[in-house]
Amino acid sequence: MKGIPNFWMALATQRQPATGLLLCLSLGIWLAVSCKHSAGDEAVVPTQPAFTTTPYPWKKPANFPDPVYDLTKNPLTVEGVALGKALFYDASLSKDGTITCAFCHSPYTAFAHTDHPVSHGIRDQQGNRNVPGIFNVAWGKTFFWDGGVTDLDLLPIAPIQNPVEMGETMSNVLQKVQRSSRYRPLFQAAYGSDTVTTERFLKSISQFLLTMVSANSPYDKYVRKEAGASLTDAAGRGMVLFQANCAGCHAGALFTDGQYRNNGLPRLTNAKIDDRGRAMITAQDADKYTFKVPSLRNVERTFPYMHDGRFQTLEQVVNHYAAGIQDNPQLDPLLKKNGRIGLSLTAAEQADLVQFLRSLTDSEFITNPEFQPR
Amino acid sequence: MRRLYFVILLLVLLAACKSTTVDQQVGAVNMSFVHQVNGSPLTLNTTTYTNKSGEAFTISKFDYFISNIRLIRADGSAYTVPQDDSYFLIRSNDPTSQTFTLTGVPAGDYAQIEYMVGVDSLRNTADISRRKGVLDPGSSHTSGMYWDWNTGYIHLKLEGTSPAAPVDATGARNFRYHIGLFGGYQSKTINNLRTVRVPLGISTGTSRLSVGPNLRTTLQIIADAGKLFDGPTPFKIADYPDVMVSPFSGNVANNYATMFSFGFSSAVSQ
Repeated sequence: MKGIPNFWMALATQRQPATGLLLCLSLGIWLAVSCKHSAGDEAVVPTQPAFTTTPYPWKKPANFPDPVYDLTKNPLTVEGVALGKALFYDASLSKDGTITCAFCHSPYTAFAHTDHPVSHGIRDQQGNRNVPGIFNVAWGKTFFWDGGVTDLDLLPIAPIQNPVEMGETMSNVLQKVQRSSRYRPLFQAAYGSDTVTTERFLKSISQFLLTMVSANSPYDKYVRKEAGASLTDAAGRGMVLFQANCAGCHAGALFTDGQYRNNGLPRLTNAKIDDRGRAMITAQDADKYTFKVPSLRNVERTFPYMHDGRFQTLEQVVNHYAAGIQDNPQLDPLLKKNGRIGLSLTAAEQADLVQFLRSLTDSEFITNPEFQPR
Repeated sequence: MRRLYFVILLLVLLAACKSTTVDQQVGAVNMSFVHQVNGSPLTLNTTTYTNKSGEAFTISKFDYFISNIRLIRADGSAYTVPQDDSYFLIRSNDPTSQTFTLTGVPAGDYAQIEYMVGVDSLRNTADISRRKGVLDPGSSHTSGMYWDWNTGYIHLKLEGTSPAAPVDATGARNFRYHIGLFGGYQSKTINNLRTVRVPLGISTGTSRLSVGPNLRTTLQIIADAGKLFDGPTPFKIADYPDVMVSPFSGNVANNYATMFSFGFSSAVSQ
C-alpha cells in the first residue's frame, strides 16, 4: 500500500526532474497503448477454450459443373452439418411444434412431398404450390417456383415465417433454439460458442442442405462410363428423344437451366389464386405465368408434378407436352416451333421418355442414412 | 522544465493517436425524424386525416429504412457515413428509433443531407454475415420489414384504415402500402429505391449545419406521410388500397420520396 501514495505524491509534486520525465513517458506510452486498443476492435482477449471442427468432405460429382453456392463463405464442417440436420428435423421451428422441415421435405421422396398437390402446414392449412424436392441446392441460382429467394442461406426464413407453413417468427425460433439445452453442445461444437445467431442458424441449415448431392442415378453412372453401368433400351431411346425435345430447358447435368418459362398449362378453373408465378416477384409483364424449370432428377419419386401439383404420373406430364399445351402470350418459344404447339411425340416415344426419366432416380441418395432422422 | 515534459507527453500522445481522432477534427450530429400528416403531428390510430382526394384515413403503421447517408457541403464535396453505420429503421411506434447520432463527422459546415429511403441493392444481396442490427432478418426489430419470400427488405410501410378502402376478409377497411424491390439480383425487377436530398435550412442559399468537436449539433427532419398519397402522382385509397409488388409501387415511391423536409437545426457550443 505504501507505494501508491508515494506514486501520487511524485505525480503531484514532481520534485525530481528525472521522475517527472519518466512519469510523463510512461503515462504517454500507457495512453498510447490504451488508445490503440480503443481504435482496433480486434483486440479481444480469447476467453473461449480453443475448439476444432472437422471439415466435411464435400465433393463435386465428376459430371457436374462448379457449384453456384460459395462454399468458402460457409465452409462445411461435420459439426455444422450435424447441427443443420438437427434443426431440419426439429418441429419447434414451427409455431405449434407440429411441422418440421422434413414434414414437407421427406428424405424418402428425395425431400419432396407426395401426398398433396400443394404444400400444407400448421393447423392443416394449404399453400399454393407443389413442394419441390431438395437436392443439388449448391447449384441453385434461385429457390422456389418463382425464384423469389436468391440465396440458400436466406431460404429457411420463408417457410418458417409463412403463415400457412410453419407460421412462426424467426426471432421466436432463435429464442426457442437458444433456450433448448439440446442445442448448446451442437452450437458449441460447430461454432465454439453456444450463442445462437441468425447467421449460425441459417448457415448450419445450409450446410446440411448442401450435403444433399444427388448424382448417382443409373443415368449418371452411364454418362460417367462407370463399370457395369448401362441404360435399358427404352431409356436409351428416351435419352435421344430427351436431348432433342426437352434438354433446351431441362439442360445439363442439373436437368434445369434455372430459367423461368411458361409451359402452356391451361388455367385451372377452380384454382385458389391466380398464380402469376415469376411476375409476383419481379412485377414484369414478361414474367407473367412463368415458373422456374425444375430439375428432373429423382422425378419418378417427387410426384405430383407442375407448380400446382396437377399431374400425378410421369405419363400425364409427357402427354401434356405432346398434346396438352395451350397457347398463350407467354408460352415459351421452344414449345411453339415452326407454328406447332407442343412436342411431336408418338405414344411409343412418350413411353420411352418416361423410361429415361426413371433412369434419373438416385436410390443411393434417397436411402442414404446420413440424411435420415436418427 | 515542466513545460518540456508536457510537450513530450503531448508528442507521444499525438504519435499514438495520429490515425484516429486527435489530428482530425470531428463532431457528432444528433438526428431526429419527426412524423407529420399534411403538416399535423402523426398520431397513430386515433387521429383522422384527409388526403387531397377527400378520403379520410387513420394510420396504424409508418416505418421506413434510411440508409447511405451523406452530408454535402456547399461546394458539393461530401462526407459519406461509413457503410456499416449507415442503416436505420425508423418506426412510428418506437420513439427511440426516431433519433440517432452520427459520430465521426468531419468538422465543417454542411448544406444538404442525402440518404436513401430503403436498403441499397448491395446490402439487399449481401451475405447473411453482413446483415446485422436492423438488417438482421432474424431479429424481431426487423420483423415485418423483410420479405422472406422475395429476398429483400421493405423500404417503407404505411398501413391504416379508411372508409374509402374496400372491406377485406376480416370486415375491416384497411389500406396497406409495402414498398420494396431494389432492381433484382439475377434478373430485373422494379427498382423502388429513392435517394433524397434535404437542404439543411429554410432555403438552399442560407442552409448550413455546423459540425465540430466543441459543438452539440442537432438536426431534425420532418417526414410527412400524407405525401404518400399526394406526391407527384396523387392517388386515391379507393383505387389503390393495397400496393406491394406491382408496377404502381414506383409511383408510391416517387410520392414518398418528396415527404422529407428540413425541421430545424442547431449547433450549440459545449
